[in-house]
Amino acid sequence: MSGIVSYGAYVPYWRLQRTAITGALGSGGGKGTRSVASYDEDTTSMGVEAARRAMAWAPDGRVPSLVAFATTVPAYLDKTNATAIHAALALPSSAGAVDSVGSVRSASGAIMIAGLRDGLAVLSDIRTGLPGGADESNGGDAAVALLMGDDDQAIAVGIGGADATAEFVDRWRVPGEATSKQWEERFGEYAYLPLVEQSVTDALKSAGLTITEIDHVVVTGLHTRAVAAARKAIGARPDAIVDDLAGSVGNTGAAHAALLLCDVLDRAKAGDTIAVVTLADGCNTWLLKVTDRIGSRRPAQTVREQLAICNDGLAYASFLTWRGLLHREPPRRPEPDRPAAPPSLRSNSWKYGLFGSRDEAGFVHLPPARVSMESGAIDRMELVRMADVRATIATFTVDRLAFSLSPPVVAAVIDFDGGGRFQCELTDVDPSAVKIGDRVEMTFRRLYTQDGIHNYFWKAKPAGPAAG
Amino acid sequence: MASHGIRDKVAIIGMGCTKFGEHWDKSADDMLIESSQAALADAGITLDDVDAFWLGTMGSGLSGLTLSRPLKIQHKPVTHVENFCATGSEAFRNACYAVASGAYDIAMAIGVEKLKDSGYSGLVVGSPANDGTSATVTAPASFSLLAPAYAKKYGVDDQELKDVLTRIAWKNHKNGALNPRAQFRKEVPMETIACSPIVAGPLGIFDCSGVSDGSAAAIIVRAEDAHKYCDNPLYVKALSFVAGPASGPIDPSYDYTSFDEVVHSATDAYAQAGITNPIAELAMAEVHDCFTPTELVLMEDLGFAERGMGWKEVLAGTYDLDGELPVNPDGGLKSFGHPIGASGLRMLFECWLQLRGLAGDRQIASIAGGKTKALTHNLGGGPGACVSFVSVVGSELD
Repeated sequence: MSGIVSYGAYVPYWRLQRTAITGALGSGGGKGTRSVASYDEDTTSMGVEAARRAMAWAPDGRVPSLVAFATTVPAYLDKTNATAIHAALALPSSAGAVDSVGSVRSASGAIMIAGLRDGLAVLSDIRTGLPGGADESNGGDAAVALLMGDDDQAIAVGIGGADATAEFVDRWRVPGEATSKQWEERFGEYAYLPLVEQSVTDALKSAGLTITEIDHVVVTGLHTRAVAAARKAIGARPDAIVDDLAGSVGNTGAAHAALLLCDVLDRAKAGDTIAVVTLADGCNTWLLKVTDRIGSRRPAQTVREQLAICNDGLAYASFLTWRGLLHREPPRRPEPDRPAAPPSLRSNSWKYGLFGSRDEAGFVHLPPARVSMESGAIDRMELVRMADVRATIATFTVDRLAFSLSPPVVAAVIDFDGGGRFQCELTDVDPSAVKIGDRVEMTFRRLYTQDGIHNYFWKAKPAGPAAG
Repeated sequence: MASHGIRDKVAIIGMGCTKFGEHWDKSADDMLIESSQAALADAGITLDDVDAFWLGTMGSGLSGLTLSRPLKIQHKPVTHVENFCATGSEAFRNACYAVASGAYDIAMAIGVEKLKDSGYSGLVVGSPANDGTSATVTAPASFSLLAPAYAKKYGVDDQELKDVLTRIAWKNHKNGALNPRAQFRKEVPMETIACSPIVAGPLGIFDCSGVSDGSAAAIIVRAEDAHKYCDNPLYVKALSFVAGPASGPIDPSYDYTSFDEVVHSATDAYAQAGITNPIAELAMAEVHDCFTPTELVLMEDLGFAERGMGWKEVLAGTYDLDGELPVNPDGGLKSFGHPIGASGLRMLFECWLQLRGLAGDRQIASIAGGKTKALTHNLGGGPGACVSFVSVVGSELD
C-alpha cells in the first residue's frame, strides 16, 4: 500500500462574507465566509498552485510518474486538463497525465490512480449554486495535491480502507449546467448512513483498529445533513472529529476531504492515525498512519496560516460576475485574441513552465531569447525555470482602460532574484497598496478565455512564506 | 557605425495637412485626397509630376494600393511604410533618401490614419497570432511607468510631478487653441487637467493625446531643384531613425526615466546637422507628447534640459510658445491629435509654417530673430522598447 510523500493545499485569496448574500438578496447567506477562486482562476490553475506546493516539499529529485487530476468543474472536456498541470510543473513528457472528472467521487479515483503509479493526485474544485441557495453560500473553492509513493518515503502510510457503493439519486447535474440539484434532504440521510457504517466498519476491520483508536476523523461530503448524522453515528471520540472548515472556507467538493486531511497533517504527530470518510454516491473510508518523517516535510504554510491571509471584502456582485452569473458591461476596448495553438506549443516551456534563457554571462532573458542581449551570441543559452523564484517590483501602473473581467489591471515590472526582468500582471492585490520594492512570487492563472480557449500564463502576487 | 546623413541634399517644396479630429464624414481615402491635393497645390505641381510615393499608415490599409486606388496613381512606385507611431516620419525619411539617391526627381511622403472608425476608446493595435503571454497593458499604462520612476530618481514629490505634467498639457492645449487644424481648440484650465478622471497610473484623461483621424503630406525634391518650385523651401538637415533591442522590459538596469532610442537618434541627428547646442540653435521643436510624462522625459533625452532638470524647465516656461525653445507650438499630439501615420508629417508641417513665418497667431518670435532650424521627434512603442525618429529641417542652406 502506498502513502503520502508530500502534500500541498491551495485556498484562493478571496472570501465572500455570507452576509453579503443576505444583504443583496434579502435571504440566503448565513454566517462566516466561503473561499472564492478569483476571476483569473479555474480548477486547473488552482490545481497547479497546490501541486507546486506539494512538489516544493517532495524528497530531492522525486518526479511523479503521472498527474491524476480530479474535479467536478473541468476547464475543458475532450481535452485533458491534467496536461496543463503537467506542463506548469515542467514534468518530463514520459510522466503521464489523466483526468477523472465529474463527481466528488472522482477524487478517490485520482488518489487511487496516483497511489498505484507513485503519482501526484491533484484535487481541485469550484463550487457554486444559484443565487440565494445553499450550494452558493455553503460551497467553497480550493485545490489539494498529494504526492503518493512508497511507504519508506511517506509521511503518512495507508493502513486500510473500504468502499461502499450504491446507485441512488441524491445530487445531480447534467453536463453544461452551472449548478446542481439535490433530492429532499431526509432521503439522502436515509440512503447514506448504512453505507457509511459499512465502509467505516470494513475499513477498521482491514486495519485491525476500532474507531475510538483513531486520532483524527475527517467526515465530509456534499450532503450536509447526512455528513452531520454520520459524524455522530460512527462513534468516534468527540475530540477526534476534525473541523470541516465550513465557517471559513465552505465545502470544496472534490477537494474537500483532502483539504481537511492536509489540515490534519499540518498538526499531526508521528504515530497518529487518521480516518478520511467521504460520502459521495456511497462511502469511501481511507485509513492512514502518520510516520516520523512528518516533521521534515510540512509545507511552508499550513492550511490555517493560508486561511489567515485572505481578503474577505469581496462584493457579492463581483462574486456573481466572476462565476458568470452576472453579465456586466465591458470596457469599450476590443476583447483579446485567442491564444493560437502553434505558437503556444512552440513556447510551451515559457507559457507553462516559465523558463527563461540565461546567457554565458548570466543575463536572464524573459521570454527565452536565442540571441544574447549583451554579447549577441546565438543559441549559447541554458533554460532556467523562474516559476519558483521571487521578485521585487521595479515599477508598476494601474491600467483603468485595459480589458479585464475585474478591472483595473495592475501591471508591474518585476526583477527576479538572481537576474531576469519581466513585465506582467499582478493579482490578488489591492491596487492602492502596491509599492515599488514590494516582494512578489509567481502564480499560474487563466488570463482570459477566448473562443473557448483558456489562456493560461503566469502573474505575480504578493509573496507569502518562502518554500523549499 | 557610419551615419552620413543627407544634409542639404533634399528640400521640401510643398506640404498639406488636414484638420485632425473626429471625421465621421471622411474616410481615409477622403483625407488622402485632401492632404495630397493641398501639398501638390502648395508646391505648384500636379500628381503626374510626382515620380514615387511613400505612404505611412499603421492600420488604415495595406500596400501601396491604399494610396494609388483613391488617387488613381498611374503605374508608379507606391511604398507602404509602417513603424508604429513613427510611421509618418518613416515615410518622409525614405522618400528623402529616394530623391537624394537620384532615383527620382520628385517624391511624395504622405501619412494617414483613420482611428475613430474602430468604435473603441484609445488606440487599438492588432497583433499576429501569438501564444497569449505578452502583457496586455494599454498605451497610457505603458507610458505612465515613466512618471513614478522619474519622480523617485530626481526627488520630485507626487504633487510637484502632477503640477509638471499638468503644465505640459496646459501649454499644449494653449498652443492648440491657436491652431485651426487642431482637434482640440480650447485652452483648458490647470485645475480641470489636474482633476480629470484617471486612466492609468497618475495619468488623467487630459494627460493623453487625442485619438483622431487625419492626414498630412510633403513634396520632396533635390535641394538644387527646390527654387524651381518654391521661393522658400525647407532643407533637410538631418534624418535619424533607430530601433532599440527592446531591452527595457527585460533588463533590470533600465530605470524608466529615459528613452535610450531617443538619445541615440538625437545624437545622430545633431551630428548630421552640425548642431552642438540644440536649445540655442533650434528655433522650435515638435516632439512626441503622446502622454505628458513622455514630453517631460524627451526634454532631457533631446538635450533641451540637463538630466533631472527637465521638470524645472517645464515649470519655468522654457518650452512655452514665448519661451526660450517653444516645444509643440502647434499643440502637439496632445491637442492637435494623433492619427498615427500622419503625426510625423504633421510635425514637419508645423516647421514648414513656422520657419517660413506662416504660423499666424502662434508664430514664434525667434524666426524673426534669425533662427532658421527646427526639430521634429517622433517615437513608436513604449518606454524601454521603442523606435525613435529625429529630423532637423532649416530654411537656409548651410
